[in-house]
Amino acid sequence: MIDLSTEYLGLHLKNPLVASSSPLCENIDDIRRMEDAGVAAVVLHSLFEEQIMLQSQELNRYLLQGTERFAESLTYFPDLHTYKLGPEEYLENIGKAKEAVGIPIVGSLNGVSLGGWIRYAKFIEEAGADALEVNIYYLPTSLDRTSLDIEQAYIDLVRDVRERIQIPLAIKLSPYFTSLPHMAAQLEQAGADALVLFNRFYQPDLDLENLEVIPNLVLSTSQELRLRLRWVAILYGRLEVDMAVTGGVHTAEDVLKAIMAGAKVAMMTSALLTNGIEHLARISQDLRSWMEDHEYNSIRLMRGSLSQKSVADPAAFERANYMKVLQSYALRKP
Amino acid sequence: MIAGEGDSLPVSAMPPDGTFPSGTTRWEKRNIALQIPVWDPDTCIQCGKCVSVCPHAVIRSNVYSSERLSGAPASFKSTQARWRQFEGMRFTVQVSPEDCTGCALCVQVCPAKNKKEPRLRAINMAPQAPIRKLEADNWGFFLSLPEPDRRELDLSRIKDVQLLKPLFEFSGACAGCGETPYLKLLSQLFGDRIWIANATGCSSIYGGNLPTASWASNEEGRGPAWSNSLFEDNAEFGLGMRLALDKQIEQAQELLVGLSPAIGEDLVSALIQADQSTEAGLRKQRERVEALKGRLKELGTPGARALSSLADVLVRKSVWIVGGDGWAYDIGFGGLDHVLALGRDVNILVLDTEVYSNTGGQMSKATPRGAVAKFAAGGKSTPKKDLAMMAMTYGSVYIARVALGANDGQTVKAFREAEAYPGSSLIISYSHCVAQGYDLAYGMEQQKAAVLSGHWPLLRYNPNLLEEGKNPLQLDSKPPTLPLEKYLYNETRYSMLALSNPEAAKRLLQLARKDTMVRWRLYQHWAAMPVEEGEKDRKEME
Repeated sequence: MIDLSTEYLGLHLKNPLVASSSPLCENIDDIRRMEDAGVAAVVLHSLFEEQIMLQSQELNRYLLQGTERFAESLTYFPDLHTYKLGPEEYLENIGKAKEAVGIPIVGSLNGVSLGGWIRYAKFIEEAGADALEVNIYYLPTSLDRTSLDIEQAYIDLVRDVRERIQIPLAIKLSPYFTSLPHMAAQLEQAGADALVLFNRFYQPDLDLENLEVIPNLVLSTSQELRLRLRWVAILYGRLEVDMAVTGGVHTAEDVLKAIMAGAKVAMMTSALLTNGIEHLARISQDLRSWMEDHEYNSIRLMRGSLSQKSVADPAAFERANYMKVLQSYALRKP
Repeated sequence: MIAGEGDSLPVSAMPPDGTFPSGTTRWEKRNIALQIPVWDPDTCIQCGKCVSVCPHAVIRSNVYSSERLSGAPASFKSTQARWRQFEGMRFTVQVSPEDCTGCALCVQVCPAKNKKEPRLRAINMAPQAPIRKLEADNWGFFLSLPEPDRRELDLSRIKDVQLLKPLFEFSGACAGCGETPYLKLLSQLFGDRIWIANATGCSSIYGGNLPTASWASNEEGRGPAWSNSLFEDNAEFGLGMRLALDKQIEQAQELLVGLSPAIGEDLVSALIQADQSTEAGLRKQRERVEALKGRLKELGTPGARALSSLADVLVRKSVWIVGGDGWAYDIGFGGLDHVLALGRDVNILVLDTEVYSNTGGQMSKATPRGAVAKFAAGGKSTPKKDLAMMAMTYGSVYIARVALGANDGQTVKAFREAEAYPGSSLIISYSHCVAQGYDLAYGMEQQKAAVLSGHWPLLRYNPNLLEEGKNPLQLDSKPPTLPLEKYLYNETRYSMLALSNPEAAKRLLQLARKDTMVRWRLYQHWAAMPVEEGEKDRKEME
């Protein structure tokens, strides 16, 4: 009997397949379909800092717009008394998801600054989430802000959230740190139970006809997995935190690589958007077949087996291999 | 009256015939904009869009000979005109700094971008205070430039139309108003010879907000004659204008014939048979009327005096019946329908904001399914009444549905065709409004979205085409490509329902999608129907 189970964020999961945070996880029916297709846990779509702060202000602005202008029309809209703004709807959705499925539900907050929005971590916990993932999506553009400042802001944020909740806390971050291992260790100290490596910054394109920036998100490919594999492999065994790989997981092979590098779970969105939610069942089946063929009876057996500390050639993850790789390139068109 | 002292005015201070001087909003100079648009001649492509969308007619353009620039203030901007017929002449876009409301519609609609710094367009907002004096002087100079000769313009093009002086200006409409650009266009195209019957509503308030009037006249003193009757009888009110005008024309022609030996047969027959379908034809007729008046003065008989008082009606007049959706779809609908059925030569312009705007956002029959309004706090449960299709069933009415922000060329075409059509015409214009709940600087983009989503299909129904053996219905927009929700949820009237009652919003959205598709298919079917078959059936039945 092959054992696919794994532990992540203190949760016992039936397999290492997790749906990463995306709008796909907004609809309860889709979450149900994911469970049926074999997903072990779902990270809900993100509640954004901006959403929490701005939505009510915006609604208020447009409901009152123009009301000062003319005595005959003191208002333009009826008073509907109660509004379920983004955050409230989000919290309600956690309850609904918990009722609908038996797998763990991880709430997701996306933000960057310290402020009132962080109280939603507590609300997410109270709404019944099994864990919380905080996605720190920060793109530094200031000439005055040092890397130390930015790292400190990350740590303060994690500490603040940690103090407010009892449920396990995962931190999703970008790969852009001068010293990622040091950062990872600090996040662990600040109270992170897991690191989710890595979020994908959207890559704006330029529109030559309209002279505009086109904000879009290109779906990931398996190629992107490599960056994650390297860092998970380097960090594995040196920290207590769990690690999740996200970005570039499309096939059972990708999942296997993530686990062997040292991840507890492999998260997916692009693969599901491209191939449909039922793709999870295929991956799960392929995973099982591969393990059977290669005589692995559990996921635990392979975890970290190709991490830096376990491979025959640890230098392969580092600079030493760079020269060899370069030299292996011959001109493709002589 | 502006000082709020109207009550102390004696009755004797009121004009005995109820007429008030027009074009008086220009003296208000409200200076309410913190930022105003500033023109960049180097980036400008001279398309006229900023001028056309300006709700308060504070942005204007003109083409003039370079000699006219002598005496211009040093800061007055101009560039080479990009018109084939105006080669070597200068072009200017000028803003009236003290009348602008700062809505920024002009900036949003500008299609030209500065190549070095694409965040800038050919017109950009800048703080008003530092440039107020400078631009006010420039504005003063701009107004001294002569209007281009209408006969030299191609009035099917928005950029040409926007060289015409608007005869509707500086109204008290909201900043970013979506109704007033249509009225301004109307005034540019036909303002020197129109009679307007205005239903009560926003357009009657900003159209004639005593003591100032936003309807104005041109250098020759010609401008719209405007009046407001009631909410419920505006179509009939306008019909009355038509009947009176027809009677006057009839009388004038009778007198002409009677006096023909004294006036001269050539002039009389030229006056009666004049082709006034073009600007050149109208100009010639005006000259004939002037010649007639001169001749009548010489004659000095009672008949000549009677004809002299009527002579102006010999220049083709155009009657416009204007109002909002509350009037046209609801309270005045019975009369509107009656007038359409009579087939007299009137033009009806509906400024459709899909809600009672002036009284504060009550539901009308033009309110779409799913929109929240007063009396439809749970989202309107029934679809928007299709006034265009109802009018189409007559087969004798010219109909257009337009949205300036989606297709200004089609809008201009519709206004001109409606005016030229000898029977009744109905134009339903998409008018964005504060009562829809979004930043009106994006009004024109939202108009585009309304069309792309299929919420507002552009169409023209011209009964004249039947005579040419063509289908009278022409669809001027493409099948819906934008998901309806991408249009709807830009507006608070829809999003507030999604936030207060998501289930109801979802259900109504689904129904609204269906409404849109069913209606589009119906239009498509109608527009594709071969006319000959219908004709054959009719003949067989006969």
